[in-house]
This record gives sequence, structure tokens and C-alpha cells, in this order.
Amino acid sequence: MSVSNEIAIDVKGLTKSFGGREVVHDLSMQVKRGSIYGFLGPNGSGKTTTIRILCGLLTPDSGEGTCLGYDILKDAEKIKRKVGYMTQRFSLYQDLSVRENLEFVARLYGLADARGAARDMIKRLGLSGREEQLAGELSGGWKQRLALGACTLPNPELLLLDEPTAGVDPKARRDFWNEIHALAAGGLTVLVSTHYMDEAERCHEIAYIAYGHLLAHGTVDEVIAKSALTTYTVTGELNGLAAQLAGKPGIDMVAPFGTSLHVSGRDVAALEASIAPWREKGDLHWLKSAPSLEDVFIELMGRSKDNFQ
Amino acid sequence: MSSIRTTGPVREIRDRFGFWRRSYAMMAKEFIQLRRDRVSFAMIVAIPVMQLLLFGYAINTTPHHLPSAVLLQEDSDLARSVLKALENTAYFRFVYEVHDVDEFDNLLKSGKVLFGVEIPRGFERAVRRGDKPALLVAADATDPVAASSALGALGMIVQTALAHDLYIGDPPAMPFEIRAHARYNPAAESRLNIVPGLVGTILTMTMLIFTALSVTREIERGTMESLLSMPIKPVEVMIGKIVPYILVGFIQAFLIVNIGVFLFGVPVLGSLFLLAALSTLFIAANLAIGYTFSTIAQNQLQAIQMSFMFFLPSILLSGFMFPFAGMPAWAQYVGECLPLTHYIRIVRAIMLKGASMPNLRFDTLALAALMLVAMTIAVTRFRRTLD
Repeated sequence: MSVSNEIAIDVKGLTKSFGGREVVHDLSMQVKRGSIYGFLGPNGSGKTTTIRILCGLLTPDSGEGTCLGYDILKDAEKIKRKVGYMTQRFSLYQDLSVRENLEFVARLYGLADARGAARDMIKRLGLSGREEQLAGELSGGWKQRLALGACTLPNPELLLLDEPTAGVDPKARRDFWNEIHALAAGGLTVLVSTHYMDEAERCHEIAYIAYGHLLAHGTVDEVIAKSALTTYTVTGELNGLAAQLAGKPGIDMVAPFGTSLHVSGRDVAALEASIAPWREKGDLHWLKSAPSLEDVFIELMGRSKDNFQ
Repeated sequence: MSSIRTTGPVREIRDRFGFWRRSYAMMAKEFIQLRRDRVSFAMIVAIPVMQLLLFGYAINTTPHHLPSAVLLQEDSDLARSVLKALENTAYFRFVYEVHDVDEFDNLLKSGKVLFGVEIPRGFERAVRRGDKPALLVAADATDPVAASSALGALGMIVQTALAHDLYIGDPPAMPFEIRAHARYNPAAESRLNIVPGLVGTILTMTMLIFTALSVTREIERGTMESLLSMPIKPVEVMIGKIVPYILVGFIQAFLIVNIGVFLFGVPVLGSLFLLAALSTLFIAANLAIGYTFSTIAQNQLQAIQMSFMFFLPSILLSGFMFPFAGMPAWAQYVGECLPLTHYIRIVRAIMLKGASMPNLRFDTLALAALMLVAMTIAVTRFRRTLD
């Protein structure tokens, strides 16, 4: 247990196929205890499948590893007691009230005082006065909050959150993340999948997976540095510029960002040669900058598509 | 994003057929969905064909070869001829030969036989003396349909029996008489038969549906995923889903029995406590079967179809609508696998015959066995993972 005290999730070579289609391929990862680990990648990249393997909802075709020190293949029942899993789709009972849902969860985990635990959680979630409201009648943001409350109720050691903030407004999203940081500060390990770049940047570590392959992992800065991507930000008269630049040698990616355009490539020399004709133009302003996380991911996604599809 | 819009807005003129166009779109969508749901598609063919063939061959309202017992207090040639004559009517099939009145009564009470023929001691001698002794034929008339045609045939028996034993004397003068005794329901009132049967039929219908939807509903609403990620075992899920409905079923049974007694005047001759206990067992067995369906079905529609496929044979092959003993052997075997068959025997026996536990041992054990089989299938079928 000495090593696993530091590491919450340690898996190697996870592979899972559905109907002959490999959804997760040879995936290995380590998550430190008390850290917030962001899981990023396009839709259908295997994020949900990986999370389900970690909490014992799916058995991998091959691979091994531990979750909280327990074997993911043999000790699924023990893992379930210490893991809170928040599904992508709201999965509390819509026709039970806030309080009834929480009490149900508390009883399933065998908490000594289920009513008391539910009452405390309602207070903590700021749902006082709404405890008798049906869960199905809550707004999207409150539903997410309640779902988070339900999975933290039994004091888990690991939280698995599958796109917890999809479709939630920015204010609720920020509150949600403050809550996650508070929980992690209390020693909880959090694995969270997301599509939002600002959320990725709030994680201690991130992993990017596409088409079942883990393509990059580390801290945000490490992932950006490892991408070896050079980005120019162009502002000014952009009419048609994106179309003209796309596909030129050295230009791997052209992405509009509001009134500016990000032009990126891994081969700096080729990139600069290709953009040279436009740099002369007076109505355009070119600025060499570090790529954003989004640039890195979109470039990774584009590259992995070529490799695997 | 102009590349996505390839055609312009729908031209105004096409909207003249808007009603048909939209209805067609809806129809096409329904057909596609129906085709994708293989189970439903199979049911469309299976329900009419299978049920029609099954019941067309199984159901017989003028049953023959009904199980009968003989209480033989005298083993004479004449007695044997009478029994032979009874069998020759094709209505009776003697499966038990007993020498004790209690045994004879118990066979009728437990429903093992529908008829009992009593040949009294000194029968042959009395006939020879011209005493016109009586031959008792006791019928279980809880099901008037099953009993009536056989009882109607009794009149000819004396003649037939005599044809074999011409030496007895002058045929026109009846040498003995047959006294038919319709037990339990002497007035042949069909409601006495129907009401106890309805207790079981109504319970089957409601209980099956309650649990048949329970697991599929969790899957369709997405709550199953988080339920599976929590520390609860399949047996615990099953118990939690079945027990509340036992209470519901119990209330229903209570209502039906009370209406039967107070509105339709059906008696409860046996123990109310025994009726309640065995009803609970029956309710649990049906809930377990419904729950099993819900672990097999992929969606709620399939679960309902499965319940229906189970409910129809339950009504037709259990002895509720048509005499059980009149069905061919294969249909009786199917019937024995249905909880309703056993429960209907139990309710009729307790309410109309005043039967007690020793008479009902077989059907009670059968109910318990069916329940355990269903529960075992359900627990093994219940998927702990989403694989």
C-alpha cells in the first residue's frame, strides 16, 4: 500500500472493444492521489469507456491495474464502495425528491445516519428549502450539483466525473469547479472528462485521448511544450485568409478565434516560409505566440484522425 | 457554416401536400424503428401463429378421460363391469383405486381426481336380490363445465353394464341406480368457479406488469448506470423491487376475495389464514417471473410483450377458462409450469372445498419451485456490468 498511497489510479494496457470496434487501445495512465486529472478528447474517443472500466462497470478485454490499491479486475465490489461515479446523463431518480435521492444513496452505502447525511449534504449544496422538490424539476445546473452531492455523499476517495458540466451555464460551471477544487484540497482524487479548455486548464494534470489512444499527458504546460507547435496570431483584414493559408506546406492548422486567426505548424521554418507573402501586407498584424491548449488539441485530433481512421 | 445548407428553403407550393408529407415522414420513421426492434418484429408473427395453434389444439370444452377414483368396497364381477362401462363412456379414466373413505374424499378435495365412484359392500348380492342398490358417483363440480357432460352420460351406464352381464335378469327393470352427487357446487353456479379463478387471473396480470418494467425502466431512464456503480448486489436489487409489490398484491387479493364473498356470495370454507399465506406465495412467484422478464427484455415494450405472451397461456391453459383435465397431455404439462394453474387449484380448493394444507401440498411446492426457478434466472441474468 506504500506506493498506492501516492497513486490513486494505476492502469496498464487497457483495451476494450465493442462489436469488433476497438474503443480503448492499450491505454496506460497514472493518477496521483489528491490531484484533479482532466480527461480530454473528441466525442467517441473512449473517455466514458475508460471511466466505466475504472469503476468496474465494464471489464476490459485485456490490461490490468489498480484503482485505490484494489485490482480493477477482481475487486470491483471494493472499488465501488470508495468511488463516486457521476454519469454523463443525469442518473438520479427524476421522480424522487432531492432528499429522497440523497437518502437512497446514503442507505446503499450503509451510512450510519442516512437522514442526517442527506440533510447535511442538502445544506452544503445550498439546496435548503428545495429538499422536497423532485429531482427531475431542477434546472440543469442544480441537477449537476445534486448529482455531485450524491456521489460525494459516501465520502469516496476517488471521484469519476463524466462530462459533469455539459450544458451548464458559466456561473454554475465555475461554482462546480470551485467545489471540485475544494474537494481535491481535502484529499479527494478527481478524474474528470470535459470538452471545455478552460476546465482543462483548471486540472493539475491532463490526458488527451483520441480514437482510444492516449496521445498526450502531463500538466497543461508540459502538454503545450511537448506539442512543439508554433502559432502565429493574425489580426486585421482576414477576409478569405483562412482558406488561402489552409493546406500550404508547414501549416498544420488554421483556426479562427473571433477577430483573429491562429496559424500553427510543427515545422517552424516551413510555416514561416509559407506565411511570408502575407506578412508583407500592411493590413495584417502577425504575432508569434505560444499555442493555446485548444490549438494543441485540435492539431492532435487532426493528426490522430490521419493515423487511426 | 454555409456549406451545411445545400438547398434553399422548401418551396411554398409543396406545402399543399404538407399534411401527407408529414404523415408519411412519421410513418416511415415508425416502420424503421419497428424493423430495428427484432423482438417486437418476431412477436408480430409469433403471437398470432403460436397462440392460435397452441390453443386451437389444447382447448376442449367437452373433456374426456377425466381422472377418477374408485372406492372399491367389493371386488365383484359386476363391480368390474360397471367400472368398465364407465370407462367406455370415454368420460372417465380411473387413476386411483382406494379402499378408505377418507382417502377417497382427500383425492377429490385436492383436485387429483374430478370424479369418485363408490361401489358399496354387498353390491352384487343386492343386485341379484333385486334390492336396487345405489351406486354413488361423486363429482367435483367446482368447474361445472368439466363435470356436466360426464354426469349427463351416467344415465346410459346401467344399460351398458347390463349388456355385458345378461344373466342378471330382466333389463327393463333397473337392477341398481346411480346416484350422482355434485360436490362443492351442487347448483352448478359458474360464478362459484369463476370468482376464485379471477383472484389468480387478476393477480397474474397486475403483478407481472409491475415488475416486468422495473429493470428495463431503470435502463431506459439511465439510472441503471449509477445504480450499478454503487455497492448493491443483484439479489438485493431483486428483493428491493419485489417486496413492495407483495404488499400491493396482497391488498388486491384482499379486495377481490371480499367482493367475491360479499357481492357474489362465494363461500370461504377453508382457512382464511392459509388462503392469505398461499396467495402471498403466488404473488411472489408472479413478481419473480415479471422481474425475470425485465432482466431479459431490452426495453419496456419488449417487457410488456413478454408479459402478454405469458399471460395468455396462463388464462387459457391454467384451468381458469377451460377444464384443465380436458386438455391433451402436452398442454397439461405446459399448464403445470404456470403458477396460475396451481394457484387456481389452491383457491378453489380452499374457498369451495374447505381444503387444508395436506390436500394442497403438491401445488404449494410447485408454486415455490416455480418462484425459485424464476428468481435464480433473474439473479443470474441480471448484469452487474454494462458489457
